[in-house]
Amino acid sequence: MLLVKRIAFYITGKCIKLAVLLIAVSILSFILVSHSPIDPVQSYIGADITRVSPEQRDNIAEYWGLNEPPIQQFLNWGKHLLQGDMGTSLIYRSPVAEVIAERFLASLALMSVAWVLSGLFGYVLGMTAGMKEGTWVDKLIKGYCFTLASTPAFWLGLLLLMLFSVWLGWLPIGLGSPAGILEEDVTFMERLRHLILPAVTLSIVGVANIALHTRQKLVDVMNSDYVRFAKAKGEHGLKLLWRHGLRNISLPAISVHFASFGELFGGAVLAEQVFSYPGLGQAVVEAGLGGDVPLLLGIVLCSTVFVFIGNLAADILYKVVDPRIRRGEI
Amino acid sequence: MMRHQMLKVSLRQRTLAAITISVLLLLGMVLSGLWIGDEKLGINPAEMNEGPSLNHLFGTDWLGRDMLARTFKGLTLSLGVGILAAFSSTMIALVLSLFASWSEAIDRIVTWLIDLFLSVPHIVLLLLISFAMGGGFKGVVIGLALTHWPSLTRVLRAEMLQVKTAEYVGVSKKLGKSRLWIARNHILPHLMPQLLIGFILLFPHAILHEASITFLGFGLPSEQPAIGIILSESMRYLSTGMWWLAVFPGLSLLLMVALFDILGQSLRKWIDPFHGQKGV
Repeated sequence: MLLVKRIAFYITGKCIKLAVLLIAVSILSFILVSHSPIDPVQSYIGADITRVSPEQRDNIAEYWGLNEPPIQQFLNWGKHLLQGDMGTSLIYRSPVAEVIAERFLASLALMSVAWVLSGLFGYVLGMTAGMKEGTWVDKLIKGYCFTLASTPAFWLGLLLLMLFSVWLGWLPIGLGSPAGILEEDVTFMERLRHLILPAVTLSIVGVANIALHTRQKLVDVMNSDYVRFAKAKGEHGLKLLWRHGLRNISLPAISVHFASFGELFGGAVLAEQVFSYPGLGQAVVEAGLGGDVPLLLGIVLCSTVFVFIGNLAADILYKVVDPRIRRGEI
Repeated sequence: MMRHQMLKVSLRQRTLAAITISVLLLLGMVLSGLWIGDEKLGINPAEMNEGPSLNHLFGTDWLGRDMLARTFKGLTLSLGVGILAAFSSTMIALVLSLFASWSEAIDRIVTWLIDLFLSVPHIVLLLLISFAMGGGFKGVVIGLALTHWPSLTRVLRAEMLQVKTAEYVGVSKKLGKSRLWIARNHILPHLMPQLLIGFILLFPHAILHEASITFLGFGLPSEQPAIGIILSESMRYLSTGMWWLAVFPGLSLLLMVALFDILGQSLRKWIDPFHGQKGV
């Protein structure tokens, strides 16, 4: 009974936190956007601006409610948002919610593949380095991770593009599906082929963090008293790792990996731009460059929720699954 | 005992050597970037699309501009932006962590602000601020300055909380010293090493983010030879096999970022006695 109450309390608390966070983020980003010198009417009309009379411009501004004070605009936007209407995207000329849903699906495929890959590789690399602490294997892996941390993600994407698409010609140069083929005719394999390079770019970048963290945790565990005792009993190698190491480092590693959703999203923005992959990251860049305020705000909120979910998962793993913490207070 | 001592001395010397070498290399990069005049960056139709050679170590681009000169100019530009951004971010972090020492309520506000800024993906936030400023140099610098303080503030705040519970602070309080006096004479000196290291370690992030945001088209104007601009322009020529347009500028950027990282880590080892004991 107490546990149910505690869980209910936890969920309510997190919901309130998310609500406050979303309100704060929307106020902050609305203030930023409304200060922008970029004129939405002009970016909407584009090059034809000279052929549009001032009266017509005023009409468009009136229609969008641009003549009202910013606070009124914010309240209007917020009211519609609460009803599920995120406005209409100026560059895609369709509802923002639809654009985001479609784009997010493509990004999600990319990000989840990269997330799983980088998690696995990072974990294995980190464990190898931690087990062999101080040897040349450890130094090699550490050097690799530190180099990766200084590598611009988009440059890595460019290198892979040059190597595999231009030079070797194994993989397509970009886009989410082959050009000149109808959307419904694209096979799953084709989509997969287009996904490989961006996903690999994203996962190579994501490896460093998780590997270094796992390594440090394992080094700490290996220096603990219970491992010293186990070693004294004669356990060694993989068996020692299996019995005493894995359980202690798995959970923190997964939590850290969940908490990296923000960097994952940032990496996806860059990778999608390099490979012209039609995901949310590319949409946010286009929205920013094209002055598409509704889409920009929508994606900011969407990415905030995405990061929040990652942090929530990390928090739950830490606080609820770990039996030592579960016994205490949540 | 003897061996232990030798190891310690050599670690210290190694650290100092790492600091000296990275500072010298960085200085070399910046000075050569400053020394390169406009005539080196000019268009030269006689030497278009040339691969790397002794005359042009990094090759030339489709307008015959020397990529080596452009790259170094771009690195200097990145460094300038990095200094501005890292300095302002460090100042924001310092002010906020000193504010947080004032009272419980303010501490809670500062923590909430940190969480707020970390809850939006960094690139998206940079994009938003750059959009609000209308892009360009100003947008990048303000964006970088306003988004790099949270992690450093967290470190400084933790440090500050430790000092606040120290006995000598309690004694000062009992003696009737004001909170401002305590902040200036007890907390600030204690934060100084962390502040310096934090400042240096902000550089890699700031420079990488500057390049990324410029690459996406929000940052420095396209007539500047910034690394982000160079790399985004090189994308159009990749399919023609001009690999040198992307490889060398990116590699130089990587080198610069790595040098700053090494400098920061070594400084920490050198200054901070708690991390300095163990040779990482």
